[in-house]
Amino acid sequence: MLTITVAILCLICLIGYLSARRRLTRLVAATGTTSHSLPGYHGSFVALWIGVPSLALILLWLLLQGPVIDQLLIASLPERLVAERDPAQVDLLLSEIRSIARGQVFGEPEPAVAQAAERYTSWQAIAGWAMVAAVAALALAALSLTYARIDPEFRARNGVERLLTWLMILCAGLAIVTTLGIIVSLLFEASRFFARVPLSEFLFGLNWEPQIPLREDQVAGLGAFGAVPVFVGTLLVAAIAMAVAVPIGLFSAIYLAEYSGPRFRGTVKPILEILAGIPTVVYGFFAVLTVAPALRQFGAAVGLDVAPNSALAAGAVMGIMIVPFVSSLSDDAITAVPRALRDGAYALGATKAETITQVLLPAALPGIVGGVLLATSRAIGETMIVVMAAGLIATLTLNPFESVTTVTVQIVTLLIGDTEFDNPKTLAAFALGLVLFVVTLCLNVVALRIVQKYRQKYD
Amino acid sequence: MTVLSEAWARNWQSGDMRRRVVRRHAADRRLQAYGIGAIAMAIGLLCVLLISLIVTGASAFVQSKVKLDVFIDPEVVATDNLDRANYRSLVRKAFRELIPGEIDRSAERALFDMLSSGAALAVREAVRGDPSLIGKTIEITVPLADPIDQFHKGVIPRDVPEQQRRVSDEQIGWYDQLVSEGHISTPFNWDLFFASDSRFPELAGLAGALVGSFYALLVCFLISFPVGIAAALYLEEFAPKNRWTDLIEVNINNLAAVPSIVFGLLGLAVFLNYFGLPRSAPLVGGMVLSLMTLPTIIIAARAALKAVPPSIREAALGVGASKHQVIMHHVLPLAMPGILTGTIIGLAQALGETAPLLMIGMNAFITAPPGGITEPATALPTQIFIWADSPERGFVAKTSAAILVLIGFLVVMNTIAVVLRQRLERRW
Repeated sequence: MLTITVAILCLICLIGYLSARRRLTRLVAATGTTSHSLPGYHGSFVALWIGVPSLALILLWLLLQGPVIDQLLIASLPERLVAERDPAQVDLLLSEIRSIARGQVFGEPEPAVAQAAERYTSWQAIAGWAMVAAVAALALAALSLTYARIDPEFRARNGVERLLTWLMILCAGLAIVTTLGIIVSLLFEASRFFARVPLSEFLFGLNWEPQIPLREDQVAGLGAFGAVPVFVGTLLVAAIAMAVAVPIGLFSAIYLAEYSGPRFRGTVKPILEILAGIPTVVYGFFAVLTVAPALRQFGAAVGLDVAPNSALAAGAVMGIMIVPFVSSLSDDAITAVPRALRDGAYALGATKAETITQVLLPAALPGIVGGVLLATSRAIGETMIVVMAAGLIATLTLNPFESVTTVTVQIVTLLIGDTEFDNPKTLAAFALGLVLFVVTLCLNVVALRIVQKYRQKYD
Repeated sequence: MTVLSEAWARNWQSGDMRRRVVRRHAADRRLQAYGIGAIAMAIGLLCVLLISLIVTGASAFVQSKVKLDVFIDPEVVATDNLDRANYRSLVRKAFRELIPGEIDRSAERALFDMLSSGAALAVREAVRGDPSLIGKTIEITVPLADPIDQFHKGVIPRDVPEQQRRVSDEQIGWYDQLVSEGHISTPFNWDLFFASDSRFPELAGLAGALVGSFYALLVCFLISFPVGIAAALYLEEFAPKNRWTDLIEVNINNLAAVPSIVFGLLGLAVFLNYFGLPRSAPLVGGMVLSLMTLPTIIIAARAALKAVPPSIREAALGVGASKHQVIMHHVLPLAMPGILTGTIIGLAQALGETAPLLMIGMNAFITAPPGGITEPATALPTQIFIWADSPERGFVAKTSAAILVLIGFLVVMNTIAVVLRQRLERRW
């Protein structure tokens, strides 16, 4: 149905374009004047005014068709099927009706449900044809309206340009819409979570056991949603990652910025960047396949009990991934220190190392701190490495050899598989997501602020 | 002044001062050594990562197969039951004939366990392709089951005790016999690219994931490329300097740093739950990925537009072009190589992105490539995630091989981006 609609729309656009051009050339020839805009602009004006509103209508229709039909279906069902059910069970009923309509019948459906499925199928078909009709009508209306305006005097180019500008503004605004979408959806789902689990329990509770039993009617006594162990685990893994990434990144940045020649720098920098380009799922597999067993063996050799999915393995591998962020941001900060400071230190007889540690690093410190904060925010938000290499059970510990869980791991495990949107288990993932979003956003904002402030100092 | 005069008076040739200079230079060399050590460590870890993947993944690019002479018995296979005939019995009979001598039923079962369940499928495909084979004996190479495959490749060593490996001593005996008679070969494993996912490692392939990733990237490109260019054009060429523009810019920069899983949550809550789009579909995956790629493309496109010198604009304006004509006819074409480079890099990032795709269910077990953008599918990184979680031994090698394929695609995309930049980007 969609293909037919789009095909008809394209056809009408094409007809509009060509007929507008023809009309203009004929009018110009008839009146002997010159036109304000080129014929192509007149054609584009008509085609755009046909295409853009109709495409918007198609999108709107596709988005609303499902919910509207669902509402109609619920309204049409017999009272007894709907009255005693909560929204989740109604949803279940709807999906049953839909699957029957698709021809996947399991057992004997109730007659009322079977009829509803038939109604569903016929309404779907009606809605599809109604869309074709509505879009065609809109397109033809736009065609006749704009076609009538074609005239040598008509400023078609200005019209086209104005429309294009508005389209561009719309596209640029998509960034705001995305951010709003993230904030609104997270806040909405999280607020539903906090309606069931108090905020104070979530933020300060020490027990995290989100796998709640099957019975739906008891909310209060079930599960435990104290997220402190999850937060502590996240910070522990991120701290290990930074403990690996900061020294390696910082020392390599110092070497690349101050000691190495341009050729060495030109080869080594791209190689380090490869580390940032490797997908995180690869690092996760590397942690499971190589790093975790190696750490376990090492632990056994020195008499330490290392868990198979220890925080250390996940954190160390994450640290490797983050090295290029730290090193390139520190490199930028160090090379941005004005030449004069360097020359001044050399003139006083300082060695290179003394210049670096006592002049360059203090001057570059804001930039380096900003880079480290950005890297930390990436470590906290990193998902695949910890999903594959860290644990699932929330233990409140700071021991890097034990297994801990993180915010992102919990989000993934709570939401993988089929999700019902009305139990605290699923909604907890959105609460965690909200915390994650807020924390990383704050880190990013602070980091950018520090970096910018520092830049202004020398400009 | 006193400090300076003290320094002046100091005897730089004294032993103390010399030792001090030596110490200071040693500190300098130490810092240099730390730097080299850090770089060596980073590169060394990269090498360890790649080598461990290559070592474990290499064996998945070949597949152990056994050559059988299968008699297509007309009593079992007829033209009217080509799809449902009992091909397994035919294959088993042919395999049984390779091992002469009496064996009891349980041993016979162990023998047949050495064959993959894909063996019967291979015979079925052959007969379906050419029904005239019925009644004839065909020579066909069929895959061996995963344990024997791993044993043949040396992943399961011969010297571990029998209880600790999934291949029995009896099976090893038959295997040795088959090898010595030259029935076993290891051809290149085309199934890795042309078969879909399977519960059996020896049959599992990446076709579904490759098609799924292709569709998702296609959707991502179709959305983020035009929208990204339009947004960049507006911000760079048209936008007035006001609070709205600042807000948009801050938003774009922040979106570039939002954790990818948050985009997955957005996709789950908005696209799946609110708008009711299909689960596991490349359409939704592509939409989520495009939201993530947009900031990258917008930032790259703005840089490319900024690099076009003002003289071009002024010349075009001078001969009477409108602002839109200047941009559409001159600035945008000149900036296009830079924009394309940024787009390819953005798409390469999107190709490796896993977490948001997990959120919208693109990690389902699906045994056929998707026929369209709304059908359930997996993507390359999620397929890697699924295989990495599978307990069978053969999937370890498969996972590494899939990772090598993914890295191969990333290398190709980034190389194209670099070449584009070097060949087409003009320096003004």
